[in-house]
Amino acid sequence: MPHDHDPGDHSHLDDMTARVMALETVLTEKGLLDPAAIDAIVETYETRVGPRNGAQVVARAWTDPDFANWLRRDATAAIAAMGFTGRQGEHMVAVFNGPRDHNMVVCTLCSCYPWSVLGLPPVWYKSAPYRARAVKDPRGVLTEFGVTLPEGAQVHVWDSTAEVRYLVIPARPEGTEDLDEAALADLVTRDSMIGTGLALAPGAA
Amino acid sequence: MNGPQDLGGRDGFGPIAPERDEPLFHAPWERRALGVTLAAGAHGAWSIDESRHARENRDPAQYHSLSYYALWLHALEDLLKTHGMVTQAELDRGHADAPAPLADRTLRPDQVAPMLARGGPADRDPGDSRPAFDVGDTVRTRNLQPRGHIRLPAYAREKSGRIDAVRGYHVFPDASARGDLDVAHWLYTVAFDAQILFGTEARAGDTIRIDAWEPYLDRL
Repeated sequence: MPHDHDPGDHSHLDDMTARVMALETVLTEKGLLDPAAIDAIVETYETRVGPRNGAQVVARAWTDPDFANWLRRDATAAIAAMGFTGRQGEHMVAVFNGPRDHNMVVCTLCSCYPWSVLGLPPVWYKSAPYRARAVKDPRGVLTEFGVTLPEGAQVHVWDSTAEVRYLVIPARPEGTEDLDEAALADLVTRDSMIGTGLALAPGAA
Repeated sequence: MNGPQDLGGRDGFGPIAPERDEPLFHAPWERRALGVTLAAGAHGAWSIDESRHARENRDPAQYHSLSYYALWLHALEDLLKTHGMVTQAELDRGHADAPAPLADRTLRPDQVAPMLARGGPADRDPGDSRPAFDVGDTVRTRNLQPRGHIRLPAYAREKSGRIDAVRGYHVFPDASARGDLDVAHWLYTVAFDAQILFGTEARAGDTIRIDAWEPYLDRL
């Protein structure tokens, strides 16, 4: 771990590594930081909070109409009932994709993203090209992601400009009537919950 | 502010480049940068809006040349200096000169899970306040051009749309970025026809939605 090394000698380190180590050391010496707390934060997002959370929400929405309705009414409460709460998921809204409507999510101003259900965002979501183009050319973006929409479908882009975080509920794939919730969750990709992908067909997971 | 962060509708940034099987972090220092930023924020010395403004309030060349977590780190250093928690001399030396205030609020490992689970809800008790707009009302966004923080993107200023949802009474980022945490306003989702925002190159029937606080909106 970086904080195990002598922070006084940064000569062999790249600039960013040296910069983070210096800051972490200063803050730790001042009593403002407990390095073990950083370990715990990182471990949370590396092992516990990721797109698997959102996939479970989607699978339940596909199999339980009451839960789907709850999601439409109050996604924050419905998602919290599955145990997924907290930072960057304080105010959740679920938007449902169907044959006529395709929703996709962006944050043109920064990188807002529903951490509590999708974990930390990928680099492309935070990048200038996606943030710039998702609102102006969403169909071009979808084509680059390999998404083909049904004829006549309308695209609805949600720009996360406040603390509301959007979770796209992708359409349930054909031929999945016999699958249970766990098997359905395997079909739900991270991108399908941002709206830059579709749920996988059975057998493709 | 009309800063480099306001990217919606800008051209010239090239194609999106999704990475197959992208790792959560691309270098060990990114892990620490995330952790240090969240742990330092736990002191409560600044709001999410103030930290956003610290990331955005820099010259465009620097903003666009810094990687994501590098931007976070630069902003964090600025916030810590602004709030008197570290000095530039300490950062340069990589060691502390003196203890700091707020050390009693330092995040401990056993507090991490509750802190992350609690998050920081931005809604507030509206008291007697009632929303000025209802779902379905037609509104126009104001032509706001402040030097300070704002969450109304440039592409959606002075545009007409309709109220899609009333999201509750929320902390007002323009004030919160300045350290005033007591101001809150009604928050709405406003839907715009894509062609209103981006002309006839956009597809009729497509929509773009933003979340907008009441001071961003006028009734049409």
